[in-house]
Amino acid sequence: MNRHVISLLVDNHAGVLTRVSSLFGRRGFNIDSLTVSATNDPATSRITIVVHVDDDAELQQIILQTANLQESQQVFALDIPHSLLRELLLIKVCADVTNRTELKEIASIYKAKIIDLSPTSMVFELTGEPEKIDAFLSMLADYKIMEMCRTGITALERGNRHDHIQQQQA
Amino acid sequence: MMLTGAQIFVKVLLEQGVDTMFGYPGGAVLNLYDELYKAQDQLTHIMTAHEQGAAHAADGYARATGKTGVVLATSGPGATNLVTGIATAYMDSVPMVAFTGNVSTNLIGRDSFQEVYITGITMPITKHNFVVRRVEDLADTMREAFRIAQSGRKGPVLVDIPKDVTSDRAEYTPAAPVVPTPVKARYDLLAIKQAAEIINRAKRPVIYYGGGVHSDEGRTALNEFIHKADLPATHTLMAAGVLSYGDPMNLGLLGMHGSFTSNKVVDEADVVIAVGTRFSDRVALNTKTFAHNATIVQIDIDPAEVGKNVAVNYSLVGDASEILTAMLPHIQPAHHTEWWDQIHHWQAIDYHPTNHNDRLMPHQIIGTCCELAGPDAVYVTDVGQHQMWAAQYIRHVKNRGFLTSGGLGTMGFGYGAALGAQAAVGRDTPVVMMTGDGSFHMNLNEACTAVSYDLPVITVIFNNQVLGMVRQWQTTFYGKRYSSTDPHRATDYVKLAEGFGLKGYHCETLTEFRAAFEEALASKKPAWIECRIAKDEKVLPMIPAGGTIEDMIMS
Repeated sequence: MNRHVISLLVDNHAGVLTRVSSLFGRRGFNIDSLTVSATNDPATSRITIVVHVDDDAELQQIILQTANLQESQQVFALDIPHSLLRELLLIKVCADVTNRTELKEIASIYKAKIIDLSPTSMVFELTGEPEKIDAFLSMLADYKIMEMCRTGITALERGNRHDHIQQQQA
Repeated sequence: MMLTGAQIFVKVLLEQGVDTMFGYPGGAVLNLYDELYKAQDQLTHIMTAHEQGAAHAADGYARATGKTGVVLATSGPGATNLVTGIATAYMDSVPMVAFTGNVSTNLIGRDSFQEVYITGITMPITKHNFVVRRVEDLADTMREAFRIAQSGRKGPVLVDIPKDVTSDRAEYTPAAPVVPTPVKARYDLLAIKQAAEIINRAKRPVIYYGGGVHSDEGRTALNEFIHKADLPATHTLMAAGVLSYGDPMNLGLLGMHGSFTSNKVVDEADVVIAVGTRFSDRVALNTKTFAHNATIVQIDIDPAEVGKNVAVNYSLVGDASEILTAMLPHIQPAHHTEWWDQIHHWQAIDYHPTNHNDRLMPHQIIGTCCELAGPDAVYVTDVGQHQMWAAQYIRHVKNRGFLTSGGLGTMGFGYGAALGAQAAVGRDTPVVMMTGDGSFHMNLNEACTAVSYDLPVITVIFNNQVLGMVRQWQTTFYGKRYSSTDPHRATDYVKLAEGFGLKGYHCETLTEFRAAFEEALASKKPAWIECRIAKDEKVLPMIPAGGTIEDMIMS
């Protein structure tokens, strides 16, 4: 199973996310993570979907079926080695005077921000590549985690690949 | 000019060239029906017994003409009753626009009376759908719906119109009928030449075609292509009738109930050219072994069909008739004499049904229908054994002359579709609906529509008194445990027909059938002809689901 990041530029219409997720559900494509965001063009939204697939044919099916939606403008798989992949993590950990310092040390190594502190808890914010977030989480595995959330990957390709598309629309 | 939404609705239908539509009125569409009443000299509205029948009628109308079928239903149950009909059209790529009423915009989302989220329900079974929230958007949304339905790979589009949008006023500017968006050709001359070269080098080629060559252009291009390249041709259910019956190049149906010869040819071919077809599980029963000796060239309008079910070696994406026409000059005239000798040998040992004089045989009934109704007739089927028999034994079929629910396999499709087809082709062209007693019981209520609008559909009921296709599987694979397929119904078709106000016949011999069919045809009135056939009549040959040619059942 290989990880792929698919970028979809879609019309910024109500219900477009439902159409995309309905298509994935109907065709049996599994979504690992999904983010939706605005672009520099108010008429266009970007949906970034991470999938794990067995082979290239399956990835092609996902891209081609998604491209068939009336509200799809552009669908492509990112060239991962030449792309910027980022994710945001918020995590609340049980912490008191006994372990606050060591947690702060771990956070500083990963450049995670402490954004909340209470007598019994700490909240960290970390942005980075998914692998970095995985590594940070593995360091926190020995502590009691109260709550956490990850946004899922949002991504752009480096350099000028595909940016002509957005320029045309802008 | 300032018009109400309902007035705009009718104006746009007329501007888009709609002269016949199907539907059923209700609270949310009262304003629309009021305007349809005023426009009835320009626009015929056929009211069915049930919205499902209306959806199938719009579908049948579209299949018989190539035009976009139009259906209208009210909100809530009216809308949900369309669902099977829309899904049927979607699976077979039939252009259709379905309009539904909805509660007024201020009542949406409050579980109001007869409210349903029909755009959510139909999302996976439409090419696209819309909710019109402002009367200013109505005309252009309707036009866009017609454009999408007709463009590329055709299909159904749904437009949901809240009631207040039909009474609000907006400026209406007339427009010309929409033009389908041209199909983007994703191939170049080099690709055409390379594909032609694969075909030129083939020793044992076969062309396998589907519903994608249903148009007049597709049929002509296909005909020229196979004759020049000397290609044996086999087809899917959706393409029955695209090449004429009796054409020696036409090997007939492929797949689960296809001929031994067709299946054997694909199994042993060195090149398979798949045109406008999607390698469905009723044809490519086993995707690993399908055409396993062949280089596969796939031609399809939908890029997402390439390699979806079966991996192919070479593909050309675009309009099938354009691609075949472009390839033709690069095809060398061929004579595959050895290959044909082999094929003729397979044909000689293939399954052939036996004629009987003492009991009614399905192939003889179908033969008589075709003999009497003639080459111009339109044949419509329901779903089940009779449908497979029709696909196997029907002759004289013309383009758009064989209408059947292929992809979804909708029992109950036939009556609505036949009425739609009859409304499309006019009273002078016979429309013959073949059905089984199972399928027929699903939507036989549409008999009242045939009578109301005097649509002279001849319904031939293959009555084996059981659900024959399911029974056949139970006989073969479930130790003859006939679970819920032998209902002992006591329906008297002759009396029931009379109850609806049409003529019914009961036949037990071919002579009786011939007499009944002749009389029905001459009367130009809707009629039912019940044919009693044996409970254990089978559709043969048969390859079980997931099987290969080695698993074929011949008797």
